Amino acid sequence: MSSAIDPVIINLTVFVLAVVVGYHVVWNVTPALHTPLMAVTNAISGIIIVGAMLAAGPEQLDAGTVMGLIAVMLAAINVFGGFLVTQRMLSMFKKKNK
Amino acid sequence: MSANFVALAYLIAAVLFILALKGLSSPVSARRGNMFGIIGMTIAVLTTLTITQNLIYIALAIIVGGAIGAVVARRIQMTAMPELVAAMHSLVGLAAVLVAMSAFYNPVAYGISPLHASNLIELFIGTFVGAITFTGSIIAFGKLSGKLGSKPLHFAGQHWFNLFLGIVMIAFGIMFIFTQSWVPFLIMIALALSLGVLLILPIGGADMPVVVSMLNSYSGWAAAGIGFTLNNNMLIIAGSLVGSSGAILSYIMCKAMNRSFFNVILGGFGGGEGAVEAGKVEQRPVRSGSADDAAFLMGNANSVIIVPGYGLAVARAQHAINEMADHLIKNGVKVRYAIHPVAGRMPGHMNVLLAEAEVPYDQVFEMDEINNEFADTDVVLVIGANDVVNPAAKTDPNSPIYGMPIIEAHKARTVMVVKRSMAVGYAGLDNDLFYLDKTMMVFGDAKKVVEDIIKALQH
Repeated sequence: MSSAIDPVIINLTVFVLAVVVGYHVVWNVTPALHTPLMAVTNAISGIIIVGAMLAAGPEQLDAGTVMGLIAVMLAAINVFGGFLVTQRMLSMFKKKNK
Repeated sequence: MSANFVALAYLIAAVLFILALKGLSSPVSARRGNMFGIIGMTIAVLTTLTITQNLIYIALAIIVGGAIGAVVARRIQMTAMPELVAAMHSLVGLAAVLVAMSAFYNPVAYGISPLHASNLIELFIGTFVGAITFTGSIIAFGKLSGKLGSKPLHFAGQHWFNLFLGIVMIAFGIMFIFTQSWVPFLIMIALALSLGVLLILPIGGADMPVVVSMLNSYSGWAAAGIGFTLNNNMLIIAGSLVGSSGAILSYIMCKAMNRSFFNVILGGFGGGEGAVEAGKVEQRPVRSGSADDAAFLMGNANSVIIVPGYGLAVARAQHAINEMADHLIKNGVKVRYAIHPVAGRMPGHMNVLLAEAEVPYDQVFEMDEINNEFADTDVVLVIGANDVVNPAAKTDPNSPIYGMPIIEAHKARTVMVVKRSMAVGYAGLDNDLFYLDKTMMVFGDAKKVVEDIIKALQH
């Protein structure tokens, strides 16, 4: 066995652990909040913005960076829209004493 | 900034995302959870900014996108949440495709040059999942917003054709991996884009809650797939969280409709055949009453359970129903709401619509929480709901919805159903509940009926 671990294996380890954590956390979400759950996961999947920023990162502007910049803009819609609409929905959930 | 520092910052952001989801286990902790999510995203974005050039362009793109997102989030109506969510899935899908193309164009930017076979495989997977998410979500958006019509679209040999397209797409993907050239890559993307359209078109409007959940899941897997290519743990973790969330929601929705996932995906329900059958519904006598009768019965009851369906939201009667409940509570009646998992057009939709109408969430119960209570309940008011209270799901093995979990409204002492007419629901079925001796039908527009009930209660 060689000593270096292929990055694919490390990625796979992280992936599997994250799926297991996600599975347990999401089953605990109350059904009443499933719509906010979807909105907030929309915002979280906006994390693709990180990949998009790296694509837009190199100094010379070419097809690659331009595609990156467009992706940054699209992902930003998700990030801002997702978190804000979640906030708006959650602020509606109130108890009786009003 | 060092790669180690960036990785550690990403770890903090990942933990914050997990806490954001954990917060949603209760409405009390949910707002704080969302705050954790916002902080996590801010950390992830700021950290990434330290390792990129072109800061001004990137900032500009974030400001433009952020402004669009903020305006939409403010203006969107709660009934239109499913459309908004579908539109956002398509954006993630498109962003994933663009990032993948950019990574292939300039792998040096991500420190993954030269591209290994494993990078290319991951790139292929991330790209086609992203592409299917992109066009599939656009179709879902079109159906949900009524721009496309919600009827399923069929043609002969559809499934075989899709399978064929899928195989050809994979073949071009493999060619891409071996040749590392643009032509098979772009053909593969084009095929994946068409598949997204063809897979969602045959699915009917009633099944959209499953489709939206499924695309939610795909958008996560697409992000995770890109994370594999870029060796970026932030994308892998966040993408996996979203992917498993969407998968669980799809499962819950399928279970609530008593249908298998494949049954939904292969389409052909909700509209079409059901509507034809509706013509030959036999005429049976029903007992009908007025809003005054309804007000009298509820005013004298000890306990009332309201079973709202999406028809309530269509009639914009949420606020009126809350006002009616307030009157009843003032008269000493115990009022609760019973929500079926597929009551709205996406998971949890009805809860949000009621919350928007200022219905306190501690009066709102899920089907499983409240089903045992109906036997001790004086009056059930079914409003804008149909199939989810059809006792045939429990009693008639020949019914198409047999086995579907229902709200057991028929066990209450008196059942009142507010309905426009005797028309059938999504499943195209007659509902035995309407013909029970203890059932009173109140015909009319939901909002109008509820307002009349309020007037009668005030006397």
